[in-house]
Amino acid sequence: MIDILINVTLLAFLATTAVAMARMTNLFAIIMLFGIFSLLSAGLFVVMDAADVAFTEAAVGAGISTVLMLATLALTKDHQEKRPLGHRPWLPLGVVTITGAALVYGTMDISSFGDPLAPPQTHVAPYYIEQSMADTGVPNMVTAVLASYRGFDTLGEVAVVFTAGVAVLILLGGRRKKQRLEIEEGGNRDA
Amino acid sequence: MYIAVTIAILVTMGLALARALMGPTVYDRIAAVNMFGTKTVLLIAVFALFSGRTDLLDIALVYALINFIGVIAVLRLVEHGDFHSNPESRAKQDKQGSE
Repeated sequence: MIDILINVTLLAFLATTAVAMARMTNLFAIIMLFGIFSLLSAGLFVVMDAADVAFTEAAVGAGISTVLMLATLALTKDHQEKRPLGHRPWLPLGVVTITGAALVYGTMDISSFGDPLAPPQTHVAPYYIEQSMADTGVPNMVTAVLASYRGFDTLGEVAVVFTAGVAVLILLGGRRKKQRLEIEEGGNRDA
Repeated sequence: MYIAVTIAILVTMGLALARALMGPTVYDRIAAVNMFGTKTVLLIAVFALFSGRTDLLDIALVYALINFIGVIAVLRLVEHGDFHSNPESRAKQDKQGSE
């Protein structure tokens, strides 16, 4: 009962936020709504018993990406112009509607939530549940899969994330230092 | 009991969402997002107690930390950056540019 209530309300909020984001023009408000969107989906993940996914969503979606987008907004200038649409939106609307209908049709084949006979539950999961302790000696199954069975995969992911972080820091930090130098030069000229 | 608490939290979330959608100033929206995060923490805590999965309480605590740090970061950026919604800061910047 409470599950259904929470699910329906959170999904309604999610849809409201998404439509509002698509229709707004104030970029700062849109970034704040992104944060709310991420918190809402994290709440839905918790209700669906995926606490680790919800944790990642809250940390990355509501935390880091909001701050990164705000930093980008602070660095860039407001170049948006309100100009009338040069084309009619019927073709994009039709493409989106057909794609959405195909995706909804695709979800009909997905097994119902928590079904023990669903393919993901019967494929390799039993092996991990029975053998991960004997194979790797790691008590947590998710950690065993991520850090031992798929260790090289995780190493590659870490390398990608590290490279992206370095690139972002170079972009943000370099710009800020340059601005400070310009301000200092301006001050010297005045003196 | 749990249903009443859940409904109360969901209604408060709706009010915060409405403020984030309408909020005329930047600070309205920041306060709305902060409050929304707090309500998410409360919702997870109620859900953890209701469903008996008390390990979710740790997640709720981490959410509270992320929410706090995130709002601090956002406020710092708002203080130092120009978000085009404050006419005074824009005028100041224009003045600096013309000098």
